[in-house]
Order: sequence, then structure tokens, then C-alpha cells
Amino acid sequence: MANHSTSHPTHVQHHFVDSDQQFDTAKMGMWVFLVNEILFFGGLFCAYIIYRAWYPELFSEAALELDTFWGAVNTVVLIGSSLTVAMAIRSVQKDQIKGLKINLLITIALACVFMVIKAFEYSHKFELGIFPGQYYTYDGLKHAMAPIFFSIYYMLTGVHALHVIIGIGLIYWIYRRAKNGEFSSEYYTPVEITGLYWHLVDLIWIFLFPLLYLIE
Amino acid sequence: MPTAEVSNVRTLKVKRFKPSEDPKNTYLNQEKGLWAWMTTVDHKKIGLMYLGSVTFFFLVGGVLALLLRTELLSPAETFIQADTYNQFFTLHGAIMVFFVLIPSIPAALGNFVLPMQLGAKDVAFPRLNLASLYIYWIGAIFTFIALANNGLDTGWTFYTPYSTQSTTSVVWVTLGVFILGFSSILTGTNFLATIHKMRAPGITWGKLPLNLWALYATSVIQVLATPVLAITLLLLTMENVLGIGIFDPALGGDPVLFQHFFWFYSHPAVYIMIVPGFGIISEVITTFSKKHIFGYWAIALSSLAIAFIGFLVWGHHMFVSGQSSVATTVFSFLTFLVGIPTGIKILNWVATLYKGSIEMKTPMIYVFIFLFLFSIGGFTGIMLGALSADVHLHDTYYVVAHFHYVMMGGTLIALLAGLHYWWPKMTGKMYNEFLAKIAAGFIFIGFNVTFLPQFIMGSQGMPRRYYNYIDQFTIFHQTSTIGSYLLGVGFLIIAYYLYKSLMSGEKAGSNPWGSRGLEWQATSPPDFHNFDHTPVVINGPYDYHRPMEEFQLGLADSHNGHGTHHEVNPDPELAGSN
Repeated sequence: MANHSTSHPTHVQHHFVDSDQQFDTAKMGMWVFLVNEILFFGGLFCAYIIYRAWYPELFSEAALELDTFWGAVNTVVLIGSSLTVAMAIRSVQKDQIKGLKINLLITIALACVFMVIKAFEYSHKFELGIFPGQYYTYDGLKHAMAPIFFSIYYMLTGVHALHVIIGIGLIYWIYRRAKNGEFSSEYYTPVEITGLYWHLVDLIWIFLFPLLYLIE
Repeated sequence: MPTAEVSNVRTLKVKRFKPSEDPKNTYLNQEKGLWAWMTTVDHKKIGLMYLGSVTFFFLVGGVLALLLRTELLSPAETFIQADTYNQFFTLHGAIMVFFVLIPSIPAALGNFVLPMQLGAKDVAFPRLNLASLYIYWIGAIFTFIALANNGLDTGWTFYTPYSTQSTTSVVWVTLGVFILGFSSILTGTNFLATIHKMRAPGITWGKLPLNLWALYATSVIQVLATPVLAITLLLLTMENVLGIGIFDPALGGDPVLFQHFFWFYSHPAVYIMIVPGFGIISEVITTFSKKHIFGYWAIALSSLAIAFIGFLVWGHHMFVSGQSSVATTVFSFLTFLVGIPTGIKILNWVATLYKGSIEMKTPMIYVFIFLFLFSIGGFTGIMLGALSADVHLHDTYYVVAHFHYVMMGGTLIALLAGLHYWWPKMTGKMYNEFLAKIAAGFIFIGFNVTFLPQFIMGSQGMPRRYYNYIDQFTIFHQTSTIGSYLLGVGFLIIAYYLYKSLMSGEKAGSNPWGSRGLEWQATSPPDFHNFDHTPVVINGPYDYHRPMEEFQLGLADSHNGHGTHHEVNPDPELAGSN
């Protein structure tokens, strides 16, 4: 990618000098955005830490209501999807557009599996009456502050699930563009930065799983 | 970058590009029409649209302020009901903070100036820049829905538990501010990437204009603090909609936690508002002293120090909220600490004036007003950071006066300095210097008449946000109200002569102030892509001892992307170091 300053390929936007500058800039912008995402979740993790310090017995008691098996399955599913997204980037770097498309499709499929399992977990809790906050009606837990735990649970996993849904949309968009033949080893910036986003979504779940499911 | 490697020495062939005094192509006469403006990705047009939006909200917030002051002319009811009064001060605060002060300097003036000072054609992500403007407008629509539908009476701080019980439209406004936050985050992200990656050849970190160091520090705060406000407002919304109980003691939650979350953003947010003002002061003070800035690195790094320490002082808003005494002591100490980098700046600015050739043009007058008012605001802030004094002064008019001295005497005055300074560049027109000085006089006098009495009545115990007061405060309130009318007159004069300037102003040359800044080496108004050439920088932005032609260099063979190819002839002629 060294001699782009002379040829000016079509994917370089007018205000950049060359392809390298555009790639570096986009990547830096995405990293800054990821820092911002971490701070966003940081607020919720902070609430988690405070309430767990105040009511430690509530957290170990209420965590028993969460299904560790399906949580573990979801962890494996998301880590797998992070792997396939990394493989997608590797494919496009080697100009293997078919591999790129297949890996993107597998990533989308794994993300959908994650959401389906999540939906089953949620609906099971709703059947029991475990709703957030003031709508909580479940009487299987003795601790008086039980609704607080599930408020935090729903906020953390809900905001995370929203990120997964946005990620599915983004990866599908990348897939469509890959199908149109827009990417090559010369230009794959959107694949790379969507991959960065997806790794963050995965990483946050890796923290959520032990903090919520594995504390009993 | 279009450079050639010759035995490890990068050599650029440059020549002088003198800006035309009578430009034919400007950003204002290309892409005309409403649709072109609404879909433009040009940072200058987006900056102007931000400026227009901020001015509109400033008008709304300002009229609310005048109504509030009018109501306070006499104790008890003067002409509006107590509930209306509560709504007015809430909206005045929320609009001025979220819709005026936060976007004012970075998104309006910063958008216009930042790429030009870097010698870039645009910001790093022009489409995100346009998106941030639309997000700002969507946030505004939410707030207007709230206005039409019960208003808001919680105060701009949305403290729980009242904000979960109030019958007014808390959810609409919190969602509006939540959305607005994304606009701020996008601007910050954009600026960080632009400053890192889009600098013209020769602009090293040590040659970055101080305005950009200030915008850099601001962007860091925007990116790190705003998401915390976003999650806080989301939790508050969920508290209202689902009753999740995180801030509700009845469900095991804690309302003080809301205060911690809120101020973790909102204290750094006051630095989002003031630090870009510092940047403008550095630019204006050097231009009108014709002198190198005193202590370049001290000013540059103190912006970053403020950004850092500013994150550690939020607890000083909660000295009387039942915080532990260890925490209050630490927060009080850190609050004193954040005064140091600010003091460093003030002293360096004053030292810059020493032996300068000072020209008292309107922007410079605003700089002197800034130095005077902001120093008062800063010192009273230190007094509020002292524990025992704060217990007495907390939630009184002393606090109101303090933050108006900082936010209005600081940020808004700096904004006026910047607006008058860059107005010829933005519009290509000059304004009436005489009227501008009269208006500055009205604003300076009006401001002090409004807010000095508030220090006195605050220290005597007049609480903030009260509709009624005892007779002994009447004289202070009335003086304050008269002062606010003088302020209003000042702003009307500004509106008048700026309008006149737009319609029939004298033509401004490319560099009416004789500044060495890169943005002044483009035409006024600038071309669509700012420069016709790729600028090359060999001197610092404040090197007034160097001749002007050394500041007008550009790559000799490049047409800044407008020509057929970008190749650079490796012939060394005038070699730019760095």
C-alpha cells in the first residue's frame, strides 16, 4: 500500500492524502469510541460493585437463579464469533473474499444463537415473575433487596444485548458490501473497525458472565 | 504523505502562496441552497449551523433568565406563579448548560477553526460531524416536546428522589440530554482523530496552536465523561419507567449514588465548557500583543492537567449530602489542586502581555474582561472548595454568582472574543468596531451589576432557586435585575452590528489582525477546501519575530488533491526542518 499517494484509488475520501492515512484515522476513531463504550458500561459496573459490597449475601443468593449452563454456552458462542470475525479480517487481508463472506455469515449466525439463548433465559425469568424493579413478583428469594439484583442484571445484560443486535446489523452491512466486491487487501477499513467493535461486545460479556453467573 | 525519501532526510519543495485578498471561490458561494446546506459535510458550514443553533438556544435561555430576574424584582409573586418560576429556572439552566455552553466553543467555533489551524481540508470524519449536528437537533426536539407537555421543574441537575416523583416531563428531557450526549461524543472523537492524524506537514506537537491543545483536552473529557452521563440518564429513565430502584431507598437504592454519577460527568463537563475558552484566549492574546506566547508548554500541558484533575473533584458538590468526612477532605484538597493549572494559565497570559505591542481591538477587550471576571470566578470557586466555608455557602446565591462568573464571565466572554476574532474569517466582512466596544462595555458593567450583589446576598444566606425572599435582600435582587437588563441591551447591540456586518459590512482582508496563525493564511472567507495548496509549516504559530512570508508556504507541486497527481519532486530547495 505504499504508492497510493500517486494513484488515488476510489475508496480514499477527498480530505485524506492517501489510503494509509484514512485507515489509521478510522482505526484511531474506533479505538476512541471503544474507550467511550467502556466508560458507558463502567457506570453499570460501578453500580454492580457498590450494591455487591452493600449486599454480598443477596448477590450470592440471587445468582443461583441464573442458569450457569446456558450462560457458559453463550460465552463459548460469543468467543467463537470473535474468532470468526478475526478470521474474516485475516481472509480479506489475503484477498480471500469467499472466506471473508463465509466467516461473516458464521459470525452473524453465532450472534443470533446468543440472542436466542438470551431470549429463552429472559422468558423463563418473566414466567417466574422476575421482572425488573417495581414489577418484581417472584417470592422464591428471601432477601428483601432481591429486585435490585435483577434490576442490575437486566440493565447490564439488556444494554449488552442491544450492542449485540447493533453488531448483527453492522456485520450484515459489511457482508452486503463484501458481496458487492467493495473490499480487498487494498481496502478493508470497515471490516477491521467492525471487528474491533465486535471484540469489545465479546469482551464485555466475558466480564458479565463470571460477575453475574459464577458468584454463588 | 506526499513526501519522498532521500537518504533518510525528508525534503519538501515548497513555495509561497500568498492568500488572495479578493477570492472568487469561497465555501459560501459553492453548494448553495437549503438542501446543499442540510446535507453538507463541510466543517465550516456545519460550524456555522451549530453557531446559529447555539445562538437560538442562547436567546431562549436568555429570555428565560430575564423573566426570572423580573419576577425577583419584588418578594412573593411579581408576575408569574411559583410553579412557573421553578420551570423557568430549570429550563434556563438545562438549556444554557446542555444546548449552549457545551457545544458553543467546540462544535461551533472549533468546527470552523480546527481543520484550518491544522492545514487540513476537513475533520477526520465529516459525515459523523454532520450526524452530530442532527443528533443535537433531535435532542432539542425532545426537549421541546417536554416543554409543550408539562415542562420540567427538577432543576438542571435532575436530583433523585424528586426527579422520580415530579409530575413534569422528566423522561422526555433526560432522553433529550441522553441523545445530545452522543453529539458531544462524536465531536470529541472526531477532533481527537483529526488532531492526531490530519496535521499538515511540519505541524509537530510543539507547533500545535494552543487553541488545539485546549480542544484536544476538551475532547478527552468529552469522550471519557459523557458516556457516564449517558448511563446515568438511562438509569434515571429506567427508574421512572420501570422503577428499577437503583436510586430509590425504598427498594434498597441510594439517591446519593445518583449525585455521584451525575457529578462524575457534570464536574468534568464544566471543563468541557471552559477549557476551549482558554484556547481562544491564547490565540487572541498573542495576535493582539504581536508577541510569542509566554510559557507555551505550560499552557498546553496545563489544559491536559485540568482535564485529568477535573475528573477527581466531583465530590465537592456533595459536601453536605452525607459523604464520609474522609472523602470530603480528599475532594476539598483535590479541588484546591485543580486551581493550580488554571492559575498557571492566567499568569502566563498576563506575562505574554508584558512588553507586547498591545492593540485594543474588540476581541482583545473581551480577553481583558475574561481575565478579570474569570479570576473572580476562579477564586470564589476555591472558597467554595474549602469545607467549612462551603457548609455555610452551599446552595446559596454565592454559588449562583460563582458559576455565572466562571461560565458566563469565562466561557461566554471567551466565546465572544473568539466570535469577534474569527468573524472576518468566517464571513469575509468586518463589523463596526465602535459599536462592538460599546456593547462590550454594556456587557462588562451589566454582568458585574447582575452578579456581584449575588455574592453578597449569598454570603448573607439567600438560598438559590427560591421564589420568595425576605425584605433585607430586596435591594440586592433589584440591583441584580437592573444589571441583567443592561446585559440584555449589550447582546442586542451585538446582534444589531453583526447583522449589519453580514448585510453591508466592509470587506475583510485575508488577515485583518496580522496574525501568524495558519487559519489566517487562507482567504476570507476560505475556499471550499480551505487551502488551494498543501500548507507546510516551519515556524510555531506565535513566532511573531519571523516574517509573514515564512507562514505562507505550501508544497510547490501539490494542488491539494485538486490537480491531476500528487507527486512531489524530491529536489531540495527550501527544506522544511521537521
